Amino acid sequence: MSEAAVATMDRKPMPGMKVYNKKLGMWVFLLSEVMFFTSLIGSYVILRFAHPDHWAEVGTVLNVQLTAVNTFFLICSSVTMVKAFAAIQQGDQKGLQRWLLATILIGATFVGIQVYEYIALAGEGFVPALDGYHAVGRGNPHDGPSLGGPLYGATFYAMTGFHGAHVSIGVLCLIFVYVRSLQGAYTATSLEGVEVIGLYWHFVDLVWILLFTIVYLI
Amino acid sequence: MSTATATETHAEHAEHHELSFIRKYIFSTDHKMIAKQFLFAGLMFLLLGGLLAVTIRWQLGFPGRPLPAFIQWIFPDTMAPGGIILPEFYNSLVTMHATFMVFFALMPLMAGVFGNLLIPLQIGAEDMAFPRINMVSFWIMPVAGVIMLASFFVEGGAAGAGWTSYAPLSADGQYTGVYMGQILWLISLIVLGFSSILGALNYVSTVINMRAPGMTWFRIPLATWSLFITAWLLLLAIPILTGGLILLLADQTIGTAFFRPEGSGEPLLWQHIFWFFGHPEVYILILPAMGFVSEVIANRSRKPIFGYHSMVIALVSIAFLSWVVWGHHMFQSGMNPLLGMTFVVTTVVIAVPSAIKVFNWMGTLWRGNIHFDAPLLHAVAFVSLFIIGGLSGIFMAAAPVDIYIHDTYFIVAHLHYVLVGGSLFGIFAGIIYWYPKMFGRMMHEGLGKVHFFLSFLFYNMAFFPMHNLGVQGMMRRIYDPNQYEFLQGLQPLNTWISISIFLFASTQAIFAFNFLWSLRKGKVAGNNPWKSNTLLWTTPSPPPHGNFPEMPIVYRGPYEYSHPDREQDYWPQDEPPASSEAGGQVAPAPTPEPVPGD
Amino acid sequence: MKWEYFSWVMPDNVVSTYGQTLDNLWLVILWVTGIVFFATEIVLLVFMVKYRHREGRKAEYIHGSNKAEFIWTSITFVIVMVLAVYSKGIWDEIRDQDLIPADAYEIQMLATQFEWNANYTGADGLFDTADDFISRNVLHIPVGRPVVVQLMAQDVIHSFFLPEFRVKQDAVPGMITPVWFEATTTGEFTLACAELCGLGHYTMGGTVIVHTEADFQDWLAEQQAAAEDD
Repeated sequence: MSEAAVATMDRKPMPGMKVYNKKLGMWVFLLSEVMFFTSLIGSYVILRFAHPDHWAEVGTVLNVQLTAVNTFFLICSSVTMVKAFAAIQQGDQKGLQRWLLATILIGATFVGIQVYEYIALAGEGFVPALDGYHAVGRGNPHDGPSLGGPLYGATFYAMTGFHGAHVSIGVLCLIFVYVRSLQGAYTATSLEGVEVIGLYWHFVDLVWILLFTIVYLI
Repeated sequence: MSTATATETHAEHAEHHELSFIRKYIFSTDHKMIAKQFLFAGLMFLLLGGLLAVTIRWQLGFPGRPLPAFIQWIFPDTMAPGGIILPEFYNSLVTMHATFMVFFALMPLMAGVFGNLLIPLQIGAEDMAFPRINMVSFWIMPVAGVIMLASFFVEGGAAGAGWTSYAPLSADGQYTGVYMGQILWLISLIVLGFSSILGALNYVSTVINMRAPGMTWFRIPLATWSLFITAWLLLLAIPILTGGLILLLADQTIGTAFFRPEGSGEPLLWQHIFWFFGHPEVYILILPAMGFVSEVIANRSRKPIFGYHSMVIALVSIAFLSWVVWGHHMFQSGMNPLLGMTFVVTTVVIAVPSAIKVFNWMGTLWRGNIHFDAPLLHAVAFVSLFIIGGLSGIFMAAAPVDIYIHDTYFIVAHLHYVLVGGSLFGIFAGIIYWYPKMFGRMMHEGLGKVHFFLSFLFYNMAFFPMHNLGVQGMMRRIYDPNQYEFLQGLQPLNTWISISIFLFASTQAIFAFNFLWSLRKGKVAGNNPWKSNTLLWTTPSPPPHGNFPEMPIVYRGPYEYSHPDREQDYWPQDEPPASSEAGGQVAPAPTPEPVPGD
Repeated sequence: MKWEYFSWVMPDNVVSTYGQTLDNLWLVILWVTGIVFFATEIVLLVFMVKYRHREGRKAEYIHGSNKAEFIWTSITFVIVMVLAVYSKGIWDEIRDQDLIPADAYEIQMLATQFEWNANYTGADGLFDTADDFISRNVLHIPVGRPVVVQLMAQDVIHSFFLPEFRVKQDAVPGMITPVWFEATTTGEFTLACAELCGLGHYTMGGTVIVHTEADFQDWLAEQQAAAEDD
């Protein structure tokens, strides 16, 4: 449109990415998170190729079945998050609250199961440190032979641990959004906070799908 | 903020709250105040980094001589008993000098100060996209700084494995005798990384989403362009470092062996992670200065920047290429030689866009109308010293030749030419040029020129001969080169360099005095003392909260200087086209008087 | 204080075969960068003087020149690519493990905090046998014959630097890195550590003694005898 026409109408900034600030900010932040996980996962790949003997047979040390169930939970929580956002898009505040609560509970369950798994693994001698690594594998006696080597433990805890930390932070943010939703902060036209935490949550889920594949299934 | 209605003006918005001292000066969300906070903190750390450098040079210039009495008392016996610097303290000195300079001086001064000051003002926004995140991003920095400073006072002293912290030297305290210090170094940098990431995401979001109407991508001033590209590099590179620092911290504290060979760890993995971050990092340290130099040279030559589009493409190319050259830091590391060759190619290619920028700056000066004030002098010095730094890089890029000069003073010369000759002189140009907008007064021009000429002289006296030290084979990070017979003859050169550094450091007192004096006594600056075109200079000096009374409209690019049809040699970006006749002096057409009886 | 310290030409002290090739490459780069340096700095200075502000002057309103961009980009690109390609042949010759001379005399070098331990095979020509012997901080080699040093590090990264040979290679713990070179003259030369390795990094110097072939064999026999006596 002509410059003169712009001068006479309400002034708005250039369209940019045609996405509101908070959403753009979250996308940009998630890109930096991709790089962070790249650093950890890249290190794992390099170390694994250099010392494949440090890794045990799939399923002998890690509990693939339990974690598969846990993965299913996390994917469910992404579904509930989608439902929560869809609810508030329709202006359904009660729906938003219900589905947010579901997401929080499932997310917390995911973390809880992971903590349980860590404790079990540590008890079986699967630790990140060099001294003290003696992973006998699931269901084996404590004085059994050690499976794999310390790089297995170190990379496992680094990748899944930081992922778990991101899930935990996500759960805390979801609680914040949930409390706000109880106060009626979100409407069909003011739902940026919900969309933005939803983006973060889906990202965390996607990273887990990648991690589950490369850590547990390969 | 982007959904605020246009009918509520920015001035009205600013009047809503009269802020307390704490909200206005300490926990401010105003980008201009945050810029000043970064400036104050950055300059303090620059001073500290400089003092560490002076101490290093005392040892190299006067090896084994006790420090002069007036500074001897600063250093306890664990560092310099009787004033004689210990070898382990020397290793900490070189490590901490670089660490403070790179992370706590240059990055805050480049990105923290100018990203915050320039971006909203140059694109016509009232503030950053996320002002509260901006405030957090500043305050993380002094917290990280305190952690880093604390490392000097713990048992074992501060980190001593170089700013590059190569494993296994840095992964196990038994190798350096430094335990807590190394851990604190890692924690400090992990914390500091968040400051960069939060700041960068703010800059990127603001430039993308908050440009005033008419401010198309190719009407953005080059300073903002360079800060925007730098923000992308920060966003993507810092998390890589954070990951690596965490793994190294794990090696040190919980006994993992990511980088320790006794547990099948890979020392070279650390180098790959560090330099994959480290090379984009050095472009983070120079790109903003290139942006400032473009602004200053165009403005002081009263001439459009030569090749604006090429300059933008060059910035983007450098940013892209910076990701694929990291291996040139590792030519002699034992890395696969075939891999080494690919890095030779990418490294020489990245020289091309840098050269293009140099040619374009020269093209801007060509047939210009050059005003020799302090900002211009520093900007031209940037170009001339960057040429030297860039050309010395060619030697290193040729891997066979790098064999000899790697880890020698030739590298030290190169990096100081680009970081001091380049970045620091660029920062000086930026501070002097934008000081009036920040503080409402001009810095003293005479003192500025004296500071410039002495700095330029002493700087070159100190750093040019370092190339020669490298050619003679003098290694880096060596407490006492006289242990080697082949280096003993170089002592006079080392002493000359040290004295020149002392003179260079002392000269900075002139800048400090000028800075502080001008806050109160500098000539009052109007809105646009440099007669520039950018939106930033349409505001009062300093600008009020909210910056613009209403959102500006942009009609043209930022470098319309000396247009032949205009009497004035500048043409602000927001000046409407209708009033462009007769050099922009035409008064708006008078509204017709109401006729009685209508 | 020698005046040749101010020269940018490599010192005239090279004692290895490929060292001379490297110095030649250095000279080529010195010429190219030297010419560019003088040309650009002089032009910059000339512009400063010629285009300074004077009353009544006006700058020329010109936004750039695509032709100029094309020309200076292409020329720069061609020059740097030629340099890269020229470097490749030399780099391969020095670093490619498949091109290490087959008959190179092998020595193991273990870098520690803060010593160089050169391990020789002894008469049987095999490592890890009873007749191996170690030379601390002094590397003995024959002249006119390629030598390959198998670099190892015990603790942290060190760097095996022979300035007069133009040799440098990092010794990384957990890796064995071969580095080969051939001495052209007899004499005593410098061995230095070129990677920060801790408190004693600056003390980690040594000597390289280049013998004639006959003297080298004598020295080996002597060391052998001494080792057997232990």
